Amino acid sequence: MAKPLTTPQERVALFQKLFSDTIPHNKALGLKVLAVARGLASMQLDWRQELVGDPRTRVLAGGPLTTMLDSCCGMAVATMLREPKPFATLDLRIDYARPATPGQPVIAEAECYRITRSVAFTRAFAHQGDPKDPVAAAAGTFMLGTKGKLTRAQSVTEHLK
Amino acid sequence: MKRLAAARKSGDVSRLAEAIPYARWMNIAPENSTGELLTRMRYRETLIGNTFLPAIHGGTLGALLEMTAIFHLLWESEAETVPKIVNITVDYLRSAGPRDVVAAAKVTKQGRRMVNVFAEAWQDDRGKPVASASAHFLVKSSEESEPSL
Repeated sequence: MAKPLTTPQERVALFQKLFSDTIPHNKALGLKVLAVARGLASMQLDWRQELVGDPRTRVLAGGPLTTMLDSCCGMAVATMLREPKPFATLDLRIDYARPATPGQPVIAEAECYRITRSVAFTRAFAHQGDPKDPVAAAAGTFMLGTKGKLTRAQSVTEHLK
Repeated sequence: MKRLAAARKSGDVSRLAEAIPYARWMNIAPENSTGELLTRMRYRETLIGNTFLPAIHGGTLGALLEMTAIFHLLWESEAETVPKIVNITVDYLRSAGPRDVVAAAKVTKQGRRMVNVFAEAWQDDRGKPVASASAHFLVKSSEESEPSL
């Protein structure tokens, strides 16, 4: 059994390693884990020229936000597992509430509000500093106990006991 | 707009992706060699989301489906600016292995300002899609907006 983590900093460092540094695409996007607690996860995506979707406005493409929101919801699910088990996104809805202001980072905050034996339900918002002025809203459901080997990220629950 | 018009005139759809930095960074580009507009995401190791399976990150499949819908609208509907996405719902049907992913889109409903697009992505077998999506886009006619491409 893994040693329980005592400080929020240790927890963030562990989740940064498991959910960004060791996941090739999250690492490529440069996702930063900001905070994590049971059922809650927060990440940040920095604005970069190569992530722009509309050259006229320099607004980020939808893709990087979709990826961050998927990852952030998945991280919230991982904190809720009673025992380590593989899981995968079943569906993900994103509402793009407003264009993200170019040059500014985007913060995602996800909550896993219900978990059953087979399915986990999540909600998330993305904003640029003011949670009351969201850039995007997401609803994701995850299938639990999917086939395949357990990843280290999916076994993170051991560290939260 | 010049680039878009030139791409349409030349019939070379791959030029649509040139103006979009994220499409270039992701190696997502349209192709029409078969007579049908398809969009391909070329496999690279940095697309992986699960190193144990291994499988391509679900977020990148959502990104591919969104770009597929955008290229479809740019190509088929003669839009003059990148259409603005309102929302997208992605269904994950199978895990995507470490190979190219190909996608196609179709317009489900074309309104004056709003378009509903359905897109589907697959790898080896089109009959076994890895993900599908339905998305809404706001589109403007050329008279009321500034050209962007």
